[in-house]
Amino acid sequence: MFTKSSRKPLGLVAVAASLTLVATACAESDRDSADGDQPFVFGSAGDITSLDPFLTNDGETFRYSRQVFETLLDHESGGSEIVGGLAETWEQSEDGTVWTFDLREGVTFHDGDELDAEAVCANFDRWYNMTGAYQSSNLSYYWQSIFGGFAEPDEDFSTGESRFVSCDAEDELTAVIEISEYSSIFPGGFSLAAFGIMSPTTLEAISDEEVTGEEGNLTLPEYAQVAGSLAGTGPFTAEEWNQDQAEVTLRRNDDYWGDPAGFETMILRAIPDETARRQALEAGDIHGYDLVAPADVAPLEDAGFQVPTRDVFNVLYLAYQQESHEALGEMEVREALSHAVNRQRIVDTILPEGGEVATQFHPNTLDGWSSDVRTFDYDPELAREMLADAGYEDGFDVEFCYPTEVTRPYMPAPKDIFDVITEDLQEVGVTVEATPYEWSVYSGQVDSGNCPMYLLGWTGDYNDAYNFIGTWFSTHNDAWGLDDDELFDRMNEVSTNPDEEERVAGYEELNELVMDALPGLPISSSPPSIAFAPDVEPPNVSPLTQEMFSEASWK
Amino acid sequence: MLRFIVRRLLQLIPTLGGLSILLFVWLQRLPGGPEYALLPDDATAEQRAMLRRSLGLDEPVMVQYLAFLRRIVQGDLGTSLQTGRPVLDEFFLRFPATFELAVTAMLIAVTIGLPLGYLAARRRGTALDFAAVGGSLLGICTPVFFLAFILKVVFAERLGLFPSAFRLSPGISRTDITGFVVLDGMMTREWDVVWDAVAHLALPGLALASIPLAVITRMTRASVLEVMGEDYVRTANAKGLHRGTVRTRHVLRNALLPVVTAVGLLAGSLFAGAVLTESVFAFPGIGSFVYIATQERDYPVLTGFILLIATMYVLINLLVDISYSLLDPRVRAQ
Repeated sequence: MFTKSSRKPLGLVAVAASLTLVATACAESDRDSADGDQPFVFGSAGDITSLDPFLTNDGETFRYSRQVFETLLDHESGGSEIVGGLAETWEQSEDGTVWTFDLREGVTFHDGDELDAEAVCANFDRWYNMTGAYQSSNLSYYWQSIFGGFAEPDEDFSTGESRFVSCDAEDELTAVIEISEYSSIFPGGFSLAAFGIMSPTTLEAISDEEVTGEEGNLTLPEYAQVAGSLAGTGPFTAEEWNQDQAEVTLRRNDDYWGDPAGFETMILRAIPDETARRQALEAGDIHGYDLVAPADVAPLEDAGFQVPTRDVFNVLYLAYQQESHEALGEMEVREALSHAVNRQRIVDTILPEGGEVATQFHPNTLDGWSSDVRTFDYDPELAREMLADAGYEDGFDVEFCYPTEVTRPYMPAPKDIFDVITEDLQEVGVTVEATPYEWSVYSGQVDSGNCPMYLLGWTGDYNDAYNFIGTWFSTHNDAWGLDDDELFDRMNEVSTNPDEEERVAGYEELNELVMDALPGLPISSSPPSIAFAPDVEPPNVSPLTQEMFSEASWK
Repeated sequence: MLRFIVRRLLQLIPTLGGLSILLFVWLQRLPGGPEYALLPDDATAEQRAMLRRSLGLDEPVMVQYLAFLRRIVQGDLGTSLQTGRPVLDEFFLRFPATFELAVTAMLIAVTIGLPLGYLAARRRGTALDFAAVGGSLLGICTPVFFLAFILKVVFAERLGLFPSAFRLSPGISRTDITGFVVLDGMMTREWDVVWDAVAHLALPGLALASIPLAVITRMTRASVLEVMGEDYVRTANAKGLHRGTVRTRHVLRNALLPVVTAVGLLAGSLFAGAVLTESVFAFPGIGSFVYIATQERDYPVLTGFILLIATMYVLINLLVDISYSLLDPRVRAQ
């Protein structure tokens, strides 16, 4: 029998339950009301950092900016070949210092301005003439990486001389860009999302806006934070950046020069946690997300979700820092270790389907890949013999670093990969001292030469072998401890050769030289996955992770 | 009372000063730095060194600290390295979300924990008491992130009853007045926004409430049991006072004092607990921003947010102390 007082908690429970049901009903009704015009919601790993892609080096910001701003050159849909973007065709002078771009006709910016050569040059001139804190490497990273420096270098910020010389409008639709010396980063550099072209009216409106604050306390200009002030030519316009919801809303550009976007509205929403992204897709709160963990691919597919796999455009390697460990300085030891690691097991058990063992330091999809490099089959017996020949019959101790709390497209499960390699090394008598570092610390430790052995890799920015091997092996650095002037000189010679055929042959030779020097062991190239809801027609997935969401639509 | 409040507020100065020194020492001891988090993997050592210099991080610690203090005095907490926006703006942009979440959690904890603890004490030794004690023990022992994960799997993924992430459904339009979504929705009568926000608060609110709920239940139970054994309660019963009067005026009122202290402390700790809960539910509040700031070594955000959270913690406890005087006339007399 209930007393009066005992009914009170039941009443409370009833009220709470009622509120829950009402709230639930509302949440359900929102989702039930979805129709063909519902926004496409994509779960990204982080919020964007700036509406102006020039001021960032962040991948999530580029995911947004590629939909809004277009570049002179682009990559083929679903591939890595350079194709025309805003420039329909292009050509380079014989010495590779003059680049002529024939622009598309009839392209208009979101604000109604016409695309012409003057507009293109206005963008390049703006970037080249940036002053003050705009020259901070954090705010103009890609300009400095591709074009060197600025017209008036600020000694507090600028790091190098400018490779950019001028941009001239030869006629209405022909822009000519001159650089001081050829580098193989061209023409790929013209396709980077950081160099999205904005309308002349936009450039005029933001010309007075400055990065404010003193060193170490810089505030981005307002135009980079409030949507609506920047006009590009892309298939979407940036309608709103809701910073308190970490959400960017894009609206279809109905006047787009190409095929119109399949979605009227697209929303990018930040979900930093990998598991939370998967759960949000499964719960129907988002319709797609990137950086799918390999272990989630099969369960998602079994549940009816689409998980297209990108072509490989990355490489994971095991580095041998030769200067920080006596044994690693010996070629025979490095060769022995390379025979000791069962890379196929890593590919078979840890990487997503489509992964493959790497034989050199860039994927085989790039020109310059050589079939004649030295290879290292898994052979623990041979490894033991080689170690004994090198005077290490009892093995040796070595510190082996790996990153924690991170997933990279080339390295989906660092700890698992570390465990497999450690087991293999211990099998041949090498004792591993595990040294885990949080990701934000990891690069610093590696760059400083504090890790004798470590796992790292790279996903290419553009389609040139130099973007991989040139990044690592063009000069001595503490991360590798490799001192090989012959290799470095050849690398710089090849990468500045404007003749493509000769350059590709040079890269093949360089890949062979690198594997002869054996600074590390290339482990694998793995295809990163991206997930979509069953009712989405996905875009062509890009090996460079540069999907154009205008290609996607509701089924 | 006014002197008491002023004195407590003045105590904030040495508290925050000491905390700021601890924070600076801690940040200096943290390995890595923003130059690794902010630049891509292929950045050169020169580019990283230049960034470190431009951020002022190559200055001696003392110089950095004094510059930081100078800015604080001027009301400037610096600029986020990730977003390039002032830290204070970032804080107030995200504070309403976390505040709404914390209030939801506390409402759940108090409305369930107080009556449950009271009933468990009144019916000591019964199945209800065992359930309350056992349940609260489970609540304290269960890690918040695990509970959050289970709640999402069951109520969002399997049953589809609640959203699994965010503060509002994507693309929902609302009128922003104060930044508090529920409050704004009520002010503008946008009831769809209110219910959408409430639905999004339900699961993270429940997850965040688990520990306060358990603590409040146990403290209320223990406190009520203790007070019920006091002589004055026996006297009140003996002189024939109405049972309800004894329970409310003599038992509950006295039993609530330690519970109120606990509520104050728990309210402050909710902001710390929000770091995990918000990350799991992609809830865009202070917690998830601090989580990212830690990974990105965003020093200005870490120092600024922690100082602001500490200030709030002190202010909440000041409010608790003030509320004592309403509950306990002896405190008022002092």
